[in-house]
Parts: sequence; structure tokens; C-alpha cells
Amino acid sequence: MGVITTRRGFLAGSAGLTLGLMLPLGRGRAQMTVARPFAPNAFIRIGTDDIVTVLIKHIEMGQGPYTGLATLVAEELDADWSQMRAEGAPANDQLYANLAFGLQGTGGSTAMANSFMQMRKAGAACRAMLVAAAAREWGVPAAEISVAAGAVSHAASGHKSGFGALTAAAAKEPVPDDPPVKTADQFVLIGKDRPKLDTVGKTNGTAQFTLDVYRDGMLTVVVAHPPKFGAKVASFDDKAALAVKGVEMVRQIGSGVAVYATNTFAALKGRDALVVKWDDTAAETRSSAQMFDAFAKAAAEGGVTVEEKGDVSVMSGAAKVLEAEYRFPYLAHAPMEPLDAVIEVRGGKAEMWFGSQFPTFDRPTVAAVLGIPVEDVSINVLLAGGSFGRRAQGSAHLASEAAEIAKAAGRDGAFKLVWTREDDVKGGYYRPMTVHRFRAGIDAEGKIIAWENTVANQSIMMGTPLEAMLQGGPDNSSFEGSTGLPYQFGARRIGWARMESPVSVLWWRSVGHTHTAYAVETFLDEVLEAAGKDPVQGRLELLPADALRERGVIEKVAEISGWTGPVRDGKGYGIAWAKSFNTYVAQVVEVENQAGIPKVTRVWCAVDCGIAVNPNIIRAQMEGGIGYALGTVLHSRITLGEGGEVEQSNFDDYPMLRISEMPAVEVAIIASEADPTGVGEPGVPPLGPAMANAWRALSGQIQHYLPIGGAMS
Amino acid sequence: MTTFRVNGRDHDLDIDPDTPLLWVLRDELRLTGTKFGCGIAQCGACTVMLDGMPRRSCVTPISMVEGSEIVTIEAIEGPEADAVRAAWTAIDVPQCGWCQSGQIMSATALLQAIPKPTDGDINDAMAGNVCRCATYVRIRQAIHDAAKTLEG
Ligand code: FES
Ligand code: FES
Repeated sequence: MGVITTRRGFLAGSAGLTLGLMLPLGRGRAQMTVARPFAPNAFIRIGTDDIVTVLIKHIEMGQGPYTGLATLVAEELDADWSQMRAEGAPANDQLYANLAFGLQGTGGSTAMANSFMQMRKAGAACRAMLVAAAAREWGVPAAEISVAAGAVSHAASGHKSGFGALTAAAAKEPVPDDPPVKTADQFVLIGKDRPKLDTVGKTNGTAQFTLDVYRDGMLTVVVAHPPKFGAKVASFDDKAALAVKGVEMVRQIGSGVAVYATNTFAALKGRDALVVKWDDTAAETRSSAQMFDAFAKAAAEGGVTVEEKGDVSVMSGAAKVLEAEYRFPYLAHAPMEPLDAVIEVRGGKAEMWFGSQFPTFDRPTVAAVLGIPVEDVSINVLLAGGSFGRRAQGSAHLASEAAEIAKAAGRDGAFKLVWTREDDVKGGYYRPMTVHRFRAGIDAEGKIIAWENTVANQSIMMGTPLEAMLQGGPDNSSFEGSTGLPYQFGARRIGWARMESPVSVLWWRSVGHTHTAYAVETFLDEVLEAAGKDPVQGRLELLPADALRERGVIEKVAEISGWTGPVRDGKGYGIAWAKSFNTYVAQVVEVENQAGIPKVTRVWCAVDCGIAVNPNIIRAQMEGGIGYALGTVLHSRITLGEGGEVEQSNFDDYPMLRISEMPAVEVAIIASEADPTGVGEPGVPPLGPAMANAWRALSGQIQHYLPIGGAMS
Repeated sequence: MTTFRVNGRDHDLDIDPDTPLLWVLRDELRLTGTKFGCGIAQCGACTVMLDGMPRRSCVTPISMVEGSEIVTIEAIEGPEADAVRAAWTAIDVPQCGWCQSGQIMSATALLQAIPKPTDGDINDAMAGNVCRCATYVRIRQAIHDAAKTLEG
């Protein structure tokens, strides 16, 4: 996706002035006129109590945008951190677009990158208005006024004020068009650790998530989904379901059969009692094993060329040729809070509460299902208990299912759609299963003269509303990371074979890099060994001299891990790195052999994400990304059995990483003055290959099929 | 009719006796701090204190809690709980936050039983609590920190 860097960002913000009433003010209208907060733009509200509330256009699902974006505003506003609050912005394309996408949505680790200047400008504009108001009230030149830690003051006259007392006057000042922002050396808050704004509510049970929303007369709804992907309802018998106390109705909707009840347990019991016959005509009936064979065949045939340099036929002159095939299973994201949404329809208008990650798609979808204008659909974007890509739906399938439930009810009312963990694990929208095929040729001196890599998998974007963004080209998210490598390989050819299946697929924390980094960085490790090179030195030699940020993270991680080679004192060490979402991350993994089972004991991580706005959050995201990736390479796979039904159902057979498996983690953040880039995903890609490289060095076992536990069983 | 006490208040509920305590707390009492993650005692998100012991409320039918005393995340207090919350906040343990009520209940119970837990004790007591955001490094750190403050 191209980054749209126009002035629209701030223009969109200043447009909020005239739209101030659209902001959720959290008070009754009568009071609003009395104590209406100062809202210079769509992002900032300042109350007379000095509290600065930042409306965050990116959903908070654990990656820290509430704190990060509030930091940017506070920095330029010269606010005190203790007066800052964050709140989710509602669905509104004009005001709250992601400037990287041109639509309202969160993903691709873009929250900080696209907001960096926009939120700072918003803060700076607000500061300028407060200063202008103070200058007018005090009769002093604006240039003599200073602002620090939430206090506006004029030294010569001794005037001093908090923000709150100036808001009424500030609201009358013109909004500056293009207020100046600080230079990096003037930063007070950016670059420092500070407490996250959403922590306290997450330690005492008060944080409000979707499942916590209860509306008057609300019914809880669960849906019986087809056990095979692409199957449809043929017929159903709801007699037993309706006999369950608390079950109010049963309705067929597009995605299955919905059971409505006065409480969650009754809905679940009702669904258990439901008898549904499914029509499998259009269903995926292949098993994973059969699909893998088809994918492997397509990968071996080379696919379409998506990147080419030189002529790989020089491979025939190589002193040594290595080949490998990799198999990656489908993966469920398994966010800790399973999918859910609340919808209330009254008098032709719909209001929703849920973790909408792409409001841009959710809102019109709901409007279309209900047959009402888009303006009559409002979405309150709530905290989400994790996403990892699962809630970022181009298809808007969750919002659509919620709207269908409301529609099928045939009456006004409030409905809470709840997915169980089983619905989540069996429900598709998986990381695409993928096969990689490699060939690499090295000459007599150990130089890589040719590199071939073909990827076979389904497209995430094609066949969804996101396809238009590809502008007719191939889906880069299928093979990103296999392409664009800075390594000097001589000739190279990267191919993609697009596979098709009714199994739905979606971006999964770090998208294509989830498999490309693993495949590339482990195969390269084997090639380097065949060429007699050290994993760290070998990689550095392959990188051009001007690949400064790549070299920077590799050299840093080698330094902090005390790299001496792949085996030391009976422990294995592996390195891998990846650039994803414009952030560079290298990791070294230490692994021990515990009775034939790999045990990861320590991980060192070097990250270059430009200016480190909040180092605490960056470290947390690296730690979390490492744990997420480790659980995956060790345990995770979704497989279709004979006939096409998913074989896993919950955390007992789709296991998560546990605290006892979590290694110690040390993170080094590279000092940088480059614009900040994201950290939600980039911690993930290097862990798997670094771990596999360490384990291969120690045990001699190669792991081309994932998960490692799966390959062992 | 089931009679039980939650966070110091008595309740008499006429409810399907198979209903898991989790859904009674949430749907009937609107104590939403206790979370749903799996429903099969595999994740710990639904952990509450039942007569002083940590318990997975998703697999505890309401018929089983007759006469019992339940404490949820909204009301847990005492030196261990306070130390845990303070440690959690000091190093910003939560990411998405969904698992954290359960983590805090389990960590509090651990410190009540073992005031100075080793890493092995932490693994044993906390392995039933999944954190999909993998905040485990900080959970471990925060438990050690809380143990230190309790020492005084
Ligand atoms: S919801 Fe009870 S253990 Fe997972
Ligand atoms: S903080 Fe997200 S699951 Fe633990």
C-alpha cells in the first residue's frame, strides 16, 4: 500500500472544528452547552478541569496507540503526562483516516508512522491557540509566553494558568493552518518511558471491551457455522433449541443458523441442541495433506515471476546447488478475546460497539445489510482483547454477521454476537498455508551466484474489497520478504503460484513475513554453512555497504548476545533478521537440548524503528512478538482432516505458549532520527528462523515443516 | 435457587444449575472484569477466588458454589493483591489486557501461598494462565517485584 503523504492529514484534523458536535462528548446535551470542552480539532478535547483527552483513530488492541499517539499530542502541547487521557475515536472516514491507507483502519504497523506528524501538528495547533488566548487575556506578546508541563506562563508579568482556565478564550482563536513543530532536540516526552494510559483499567476489571457491553433487553446470539469451508445451510430443526429455557428465537442467516437467548449459557445450550444439515456442494473437501501436495506441485513449477534480477540459468555452472521445500500450515490468530460485536437497531438507525479495526469497511457493510444510509450507522470502537490481524477484515464479515442477526430478528432491539473459542479456531480467516521452494547455487569460492524461490499460497486480498488496491498486480502480501531482499545473490528469480480454496485467509501478525522470513533465513543459513561461512559474518558479507540499518541491527544483536558462532558450551545460537513494515529487527536465539526437545532460554533483539517515541512500548512489543512467534513455531497448526473439517477446536489442541516456555528477552533499540515506524508486527518474523537455526546447529535437525512440534510428532 | 456471596454481597439466584459461574458473574451480576477465553479451563482468563482458592469460573457450575464466597478482580484486596497491582502498573504488564484479570488473580493466590516464589514456583502457578500477547517476561518480573515489596 502506498503511503499518501499529502496535507490532507492535518486538513482532515482541522475540519473537526466545524464538526465538533460529532465528537462523543460523554455528557448530556444540556450540560454540553455549559461545560463544553475546548475541541480545536477532531483529535483533542480539553476540559476546564485541565484534562486533555486525545481521540485515538487507531484501535487499541495491546500495541499501544492510546499511549503513543497521546504522547505526540502531549509533546507539542507541552502538557503534563498526568493530565493526558485517551479515548477511541468513532467511525468517521473523513476525520480519522489512516494516512497510509486513505481509509479508517489499523494495520500494517502503521499507527505511529502515519500519525507522527498529524498528531504533533494537532497538538501544536492547540498549543498556539492556548498561547494566543493567554496573550490576549493578559495583554502581553504571545512570543513571550512559555508553556511547560501543562502550565502557560508569562515570566515578566508573573501570569500563570493551566489549560482548563484558558479553554473558553482559546476556542475563539483561529486554528493555525500549519503550526511549527519541535525539532528532535526539543523533545521532552518523546523518547522517554512513561506509564501507559490504559494500564490501570486493565488491572482492576474496569477496562470496557465489547463482551462487557450490556444494553437494555439485549439478547445474546451465537451462530452455528458450517463445519466445512464454503458449505451452506441445507435445512435445520430448531425444536430442541427453542425448548431450552432462555432461547427466544432461531434464525437462518448467511453465515449459518443464529440462536438468540436471554443469556450466554442459554444461547450456547440452544446451539448445542440445534440440528443443522449442511450442503457441501461448494465446500473445501480436501485435507491439508492433499492441499499441501497440490501447493508443492505448483511451487515446483515456478509460478509467475514477481521479481527477477540477472539470469538464474547460471545455476547450471554452480559448484554446489542446494534445494529445499518448506511447508507452513494454516494458523488461527486466536486473539484472547474471541470475536464479538454488539448492535442495537432502533427506528431505522443502528449503533454498534465492537473492536472495529477497519471502520471504513464495517460501516457501509452494516448499512447495506440493514438497507439504511451509512450516516445512520454509528460505530463505537472499543478496546479489543488482541487482534493480530483477525479483526482487520476487508470482508467485514463480523460486522456483517452482526447486522444480519439484527435484521433477521425482525424487530428493533439490541443483540450481542458472541464467538466462542471453538468458533474462532475453526472459523477460518487463517494465515494462509504456504509452500516455499528454493534452489541456490554457490561457486567454488562459496559465493551465491543464483537464488530461486517460489511461493505457493492463497491471496489475502484478491476476491475481497481490498483487491482494488492491488491495481491489477499480484498480491504482494503473499510473498513480501521473499522479494525485496537486499542480499547480493548474483542472479535471482522469485515466483508466486496463486492457490485457490474456499478456506478464508487473512493477514496474521506480520503477514507474508510470517513465512518468508522463516524460509529465507533458515535456507540461507544452510547455504552459508555449505559455503563455510559464519551466520553473522556471512550475512554481513551479502549485504551492500550502504545497507546501514540492516547491518546496524545485525551487528548490534551480535554484540549484545556476545556472538561467537552457532554452538557454545553445549547450547545452540541462531541469528535471523527481517525488515518488515519499514522496521528492522535482528534476533539471536539461545536454545538448549532438553531430552530431544528444543528449549529456548534466551533471546536478544535489536530493533531500528526510527525515533523511539516510547521505548517501553517498543520493548514490550518485541517481547510480545517473540512470545507470539515462539508459540507458533513450537506448537501451532490448523489442519483440515479427511473430508475438509478443521481438526483443532480450542487451546487444548491448538496450544498457546505458556509462561514456562517464555525465554528471557533483552532488547536493544537503535538510536535514530528517522521518522518512526511500527513495532506491533516486526518483532515476530526473525524469531522462528533464529530459533530453527540455533536448533539445527545444536541438534543437526532441519525444520522445513512447521510447527517444530508437529514435525517431531 | 442458589445462594452464594460475591464480593461481600449475598445473592439468591433462580438459574439453570448447569450455568457456569463465569456467565452468572457476567450476565446476571454484570461483573465483567472476569473474562472468557476458552470455556474449558485451558486459559485462566476466568479465574476468580472461590473460598480463598483460585478457580476457573468457566467450568464451575453455579450449583457447585452454593454457600460459597467468591471474590472477583473488581474486589480482590489485601497486601498481596495490592502489591501485585502496584507491580503490574509500575512496569506496564498489560498489552491488550484481556487475560490480565486472571493473571492478577493467579499471581495474588501464588503470593498468598508462597511469599517468595522462585521462577519454578511462578511457572507452576501461572502456567494455566495464557497470555496471547505473551506479556510473560513482565508477569514474571512483576511477581518478583511484588514479592519484594511484601518483604517490606
Ligand atoms: S475461560 Fe475459563 S479457563 Fe479459559
Ligand atoms: S495482555 Fe493480551 S492476552 Fe494477555
